Amino acid sequence: MVIGILALQGDYAEHRSCLEKTALGCRLVRTPADLDGIAGLVIPGGESTAIKRLVASSGLVEPVMDLIERCIPVWGTCAGVVLLAKGGPWDVAGVRVERNAYGPQVYSRVVMARTSIAEGDVPLVFIRAPRIVDAPRDASVLCRLGDEIVALRWKNLLLTTFHPELAGGEPFTSYFASMVASPPRRGGSMEGA
Amino acid sequence: MEQDDRVMVNRGLATMLVGGVIMDVTNVEQARIAEDAGAVAVMALERVPAHIRAAGGVARMTDPEIVLGIKEAVSIPVMAKVRIGHFMEARVLEALEVDFIDESEVLTPADEEHHIDKRAFRVPFVCGARDLGEAARRISEGASMIRTKGEAGTGDVVEAVRHMRAVQRDLDRLLGMSDEEVPAYAETIGSPLDTLIEIRRQGRLPVVNFAAGGIASPADAALMVHLGAQGVFVGSGIFTSENPPRLAHAIVEAVAHADDPAWVARVSSGLGALMHGIDVRGMPDKDRLALRGR
Repeated sequence: MVIGILALQGDYAEHRSCLEKTALGCRLVRTPADLDGIAGLVIPGGESTAIKRLVASSGLVEPVMDLIERCIPVWGTCAGVVLLAKGGPWDVAGVRVERNAYGPQVYSRVVMARTSIAEGDVPLVFIRAPRIVDAPRDASVLCRLGDEIVALRWKNLLLTTFHPELAGGEPFTSYFASMVASPPRRGGSMEGA
Repeated sequence: MEQDDRVMVNRGLATMLVGGVIMDVTNVEQARIAEDAGAVAVMALERVPAHIRAAGGVARMTDPEIVLGIKEAVSIPVMAKVRIGHFMEARVLEALEVDFIDESEVLTPADEEHHIDKRAFRVPFVCGARDLGEAARRISEGASMIRTKGEAGTGDVVEAVRHMRAVQRDLDRLLGMSDEEVPAYAETIGSPLDTLIEIRRQGRLPVVNFAAGGIASPADAALMVHLGAQGVFVGSGIFTSENPPRLAHAIVEAVAHADDPAWVARVSSGLGALMHGIDVRGMPDKDRLALRGR
């Protein structure tokens, strides 16, 4: 099984380093042909306006939409969340986000927090991060900071507004790998899939 | 702990810029053109380097009013330049909450002996380097990102090529040597030993390395990516060309698809006149900005 990593701009190399530690293979995606046969897709951190422009000129908007509709698992981190939210090229996650919600870089920070998918606290690296202001009622919340959802799973989608890939990836990389290994059936429930 | 976290988020922001193009802009309209073209960040300036070069005199930090206007106009990160060693200009830009500071040889140096102690700031810094020793000195001072110096404001890529090749050559050498050779090599290239040890442990520079200084065409940008640049700064090249919006977008495409020459060919077509430029060969040392700071 091969996971594609959208590699037009952003921290795709960090995602690759994390995924290489799992049992799955990975491939950088820059053209529609690179999507052939992939079992999952990572949309990395980066600048969402730049990535948005590049996915359009690279002819990737529709082919990626096809993948999502076929229930292939997709993981968006930071900018990747923005691209899967309302206003993005793939408005499929049923979420609304406020971009760069915490202000300029001097407010970027690392927070230790508990997730529902691992024992103990893990470091969450927020860099000019977006804030999820509205999410589907039936989404599984994987991590919350105060009132804010910062990681969720909904159907075949995994969204993290922070950067697990800058802190070794775990537990999120393994969680996504398990989504890829046993994807939800089309139209089926996402709980415990 | 707090210091380690700053290092992680500041080096991390540079990582988010990888594969992207950072464009010099002098007003709100240019900033919007850059953002629409797919720039990952803009550098807010009063004048592009070619015009700084032509004007002569002392070049200082940009007027805060211009920086704030550009910050207001775009959602991508905003960078601004300070003079080498001018920590007060840096404090001012930090107070303005810019996203990145470029301690730059393009401005007139304020200190010929010392660079800014960048570890004392929350905001990240990018610095120019001509070889690995210079890059390692800047990293040890706290730079979160490195770029080649090139020769800014010329539209001539030759110096950026020289500096990127030098960094890669020195890196290959460092990674290929045995442990006992490292202290002597550190002394030879004037680098702190612990920075070289960190580079060897990671097998690469611990921060992102971009190309800058003289990049004026999509092919220039793609060339630098092939030489090891993880992205490019384009200073004077875009807004001194005939069709800035098209050229800006073409350079963004060329960096993202640098491994596909046919793609670069397509985006290079019909761009109109590029920056006229200045041949660096024959330029006297006093005009060479890359010789500022070491």
